[in-house]
Amino acid sequence: MRTIIFRTIAPYLTALMILFSIFVLLRGHNEPGGGFIGGLIAASALAIYGIACGVTSVRRAIRVHPMSLAAFGLLIATLAGLPSLFFKQTFMTTQFITLHAFGTEIDLMTPMLFDLGVYFVVVGAISSIALALEERESD
Amino acid sequence: MTPVATDTTILAILAPFAAAAIAPVLTKALKHNAAWVLALVPALIFLHFTGFVGDVSHGETYGAAWQWVPTYGVNFSFFIDGLSLLFTLLISGIGTFIILYAGGYLKGHAQQGRFFSFLFLFMGAMLGVVLSDNLITLFIYWELTSITSFLLIGFDHLRAASRRAALQALVVTGGGGLALLAGVLLIIGVTGHMSLTELLADPEAIRGGDYYLPIFLLILGGAFTKSAQFPFHFWLPNAMEAPTPVSAFLHSATMVKAGVYLLMRMHPVMGDTTLWMTVLPLFGGVTLLIGTLLAMRQTDMKLMLAYTTVASLGLLVMLTGTSSEKALEGAVLYLLAHSLFKGALFMVAGTVDHEAGTRDITKLGGLRGAMPVTFAAAAMAALSMGGLPPFIGFIAKEILYEGTLGVGAGLLVTAVAVVGNGLMFAVAAAVALKPFIGQKVDTPKHAHEGPILLFAGPVALALTGLAAALFAHTTGELFIGPMLASLMGHQPEVDLHLIPAHVGMPLLLSLVTVALGIVLYLKIDTVRALMIQVLAAIGWGPDKGFDQAIKGLVGLATWVTRSVQVGWMQTYMTMVFAMTAIALLVPLFLADGLPNWPDFPEFRFFEWGILLIAVVGLGAILAAANRLTAIVSLGIQGFAVALIFMLFGAPDLSFTQFMVETLSVVILALVMTRLDLAPADHRPFGASVVSGIIAVAVGLGVMLTLMSITQQPFDTSLSDFFAQYARVIAHGRNIVNVIIVDFRGVDTLGEIAVVVLTGLCVLALIRVKTKTTSAQDEGAGEEALAKPMEVK
Repeated sequence: MRTIIFRTIAPYLTALMILFSIFVLLRGHNEPGGGFIGGLIAASALAIYGIACGVTSVRRAIRVHPMSLAAFGLLIATLAGLPSLFFKQTFMTTQFITLHAFGTEIDLMTPMLFDLGVYFVVVGAISSIALALEERESD
Repeated sequence: MTPVATDTTILAILAPFAAAAIAPVLTKALKHNAAWVLALVPALIFLHFTGFVGDVSHGETYGAAWQWVPTYGVNFSFFIDGLSLLFTLLISGIGTFIILYAGGYLKGHAQQGRFFSFLFLFMGAMLGVVLSDNLITLFIYWELTSITSFLLIGFDHLRAASRRAALQALVVTGGGGLALLAGVLLIIGVTGHMSLTELLADPEAIRGGDYYLPIFLLILGGAFTKSAQFPFHFWLPNAMEAPTPVSAFLHSATMVKAGVYLLMRMHPVMGDTTLWMTVLPLFGGVTLLIGTLLAMRQTDMKLMLAYTTVASLGLLVMLTGTSSEKALEGAVLYLLAHSLFKGALFMVAGTVDHEAGTRDITKLGGLRGAMPVTFAAAAMAALSMGGLPPFIGFIAKEILYEGTLGVGAGLLVTAVAVVGNGLMFAVAAAVALKPFIGQKVDTPKHAHEGPILLFAGPVALALTGLAAALFAHTTGELFIGPMLASLMGHQPEVDLHLIPAHVGMPLLLSLVTVALGIVLYLKIDTVRALMIQVLAAIGWGPDKGFDQAIKGLVGLATWVTRSVQVGWMQTYMTMVFAMTAIALLVPLFLADGLPNWPDFPEFRFFEWGILLIAVVGLGAILAAANRLTAIVSLGIQGFAVALIFMLFGAPDLSFTQFMVETLSVVILALVMTRLDLAPADHRPFGASVVSGIIAVAVGLGVMLTLMSITQQPFDTSLSDFFAQYARVIAHGRNIVNVIIVDFRGVDTLGEIAVVVLTGLCVLALIRVKTKTTSAQDEGAGEEALAKPMEVK
């Protein structure tokens, strides 16, 4: 698998895929996409990088343990449900602010934060499984 | 009822739980002297409740309720009448001295704080049992006493005997607790009354109903296990593994009386029937005789006392079962007397053990010089237990004989009571006199008087037993009368005197009892030898039976586990898919839910193309030479499905399907390369056919189910709702995403939590594998490696 072409291309491919995954995540509320799919794309990106350049490089690149990413995602997804409690609404009731910037209306809302949490959970959990499985091959 | 009293009463009921929380901290700071501070808690509770004595003796009752689960009518409520008041005073009063005693007894023990904590938890639970008005709350407190008892018996958890005794007590009393729960639910179902006050106001509701027998049996199941009635008596002597303060408090004075409390509480609504008056005296009487006889066999002071406790509980059940006013008066008096003298005697036994180093009566003697105060307390308590004047035990015995003589099978019941009391007299003498009188015997430790923490309790309880008898009239008026009123449902006449008003049968029977007791005491060694012979001849007892039952249960569990969890991946998968096929197909055929065969649709050319891809994928899997190829080919199928989703307007789903397929092929391939499998599947042809049949059955099942679902009229209300409100409420145009992150966000939160957990589990599993592999790598090389991990 580790041909020189693949190894040369893999970092760029990974970067592009991560970028694409963020794009998919952000557009999710209005167009096909969302945190789950975005997370899967990002996980595949990391898997490709791992196959090409080895697990150690991936671990170095993401800096923290992938499981920490997943836990972080779960944390922010839960936090996204809390603001509504301050307004005496039930847990996870949507809160939003509409911004007027760049000449258009942008809705900033808690489900976005929640979707980001989903994204991190999916990336983290799947990459940690994939990386742990790949690890033994490389040693 | 004054609101002030209500507020402080609820504080008094909750105080032990607060004390349980601070006890460890306080003990860390003050060491064993924390007992002095902690004992204030039960003392104040005691003082608070003495405030009710006057009014309750005039027939007043108090109660209040706080809503807990209003949907099911469950309240935190208390109810104070004569019965619960006397119990409350006993629990808090004796509790005060037990806390002090525990301070001295476990002085310097590393976990003394925890011990105090458990004791207070128990005290709170026990107060809850006797004060609860709501039946469900009563049950909860009841179970809480079982759990705290478990913790206290197993306090010395490093010893196997303690652990076994704790588990046994929990299984027996917890099992009885379940019977009680069923009984309580049945009572609520039949009568519609959630509280004792309502129940007591409607006395014929249970007795007159069709469900009297099942309710009776279930309530008895709770009461008999808790109060150690034959044949459930075996857990109580074993519970003596607990430190002595526990034996004195839980297993003589309070918790074991919860069963008797329940029977007395239910007496107005369930008593006075033929069933009641047959079953209770029968089991009570048998328990009384067996308990005393087994007590004669023992030489350990605590065990002797434990068996007499079993016997005393039997006596109380027997008397409660007679439903005669005089006998019940005897029961109430005996309950008071027993709590006082038995609590004191247990503490004496503990003190002797603590100071002399043994509690085997054959190795003790002549301690009166070394431990005069303890001896005095022991003597007073023993006289009360033996039923001699001027102690409350004497009055109790007089009244109960008078009561038993007056009931239906009076002669038999009285005879049982006389024999039981005679035996108890002998045991009392053996426990309380034998270690102190006679020749001085060398003991493992140099015996001397214990500190005030140790002797305060026995002395106070013994003196209370004396005072209760000296002021018999007041005792009767303030405590016995009101409690009897709760049992009878009307205000009875109680007039107690220390000196019998006239010489009659009861006094005569007392003399017979004492004479019998003295003879038995002198012949105790002969009786003990005889009992040991008899028991050896029988050879089997409920205690052994308990072990056999538990062993059988473990055996059954092992067998079930072995036959279901074979540890063979192939078997698991076969089972799962076979069950899936059955679950899908059987209902379709049974419920006549087979779909109509639709007309064959007209496909466009690219739809044919996708179908072709799927079929090619299928063929590739079947034709694959090795496993890896098969798995990659499986991906073809998945992509075909993803294409179908896309064509029929589900881009989100299709998108996800593509990603999932890709990643699962990657991960499966990684797993396969780790497993060192044989490259191809070498199963015999027959096994492949079975797998094939299951595969086809599952596919057929899914297809038929889907077809029959799509042939049902489709309810669009949900889709309409989402389509209508996604933009308005959730500000999103992608309905799928809005459902996931907003409308059903809590669902998703649960799901991602599962994803995180799964990831953690998989990581842990991979680590375990790696460890065992590396261990085997060193030893046996590649071949051994392949075997344990073979997954077909």
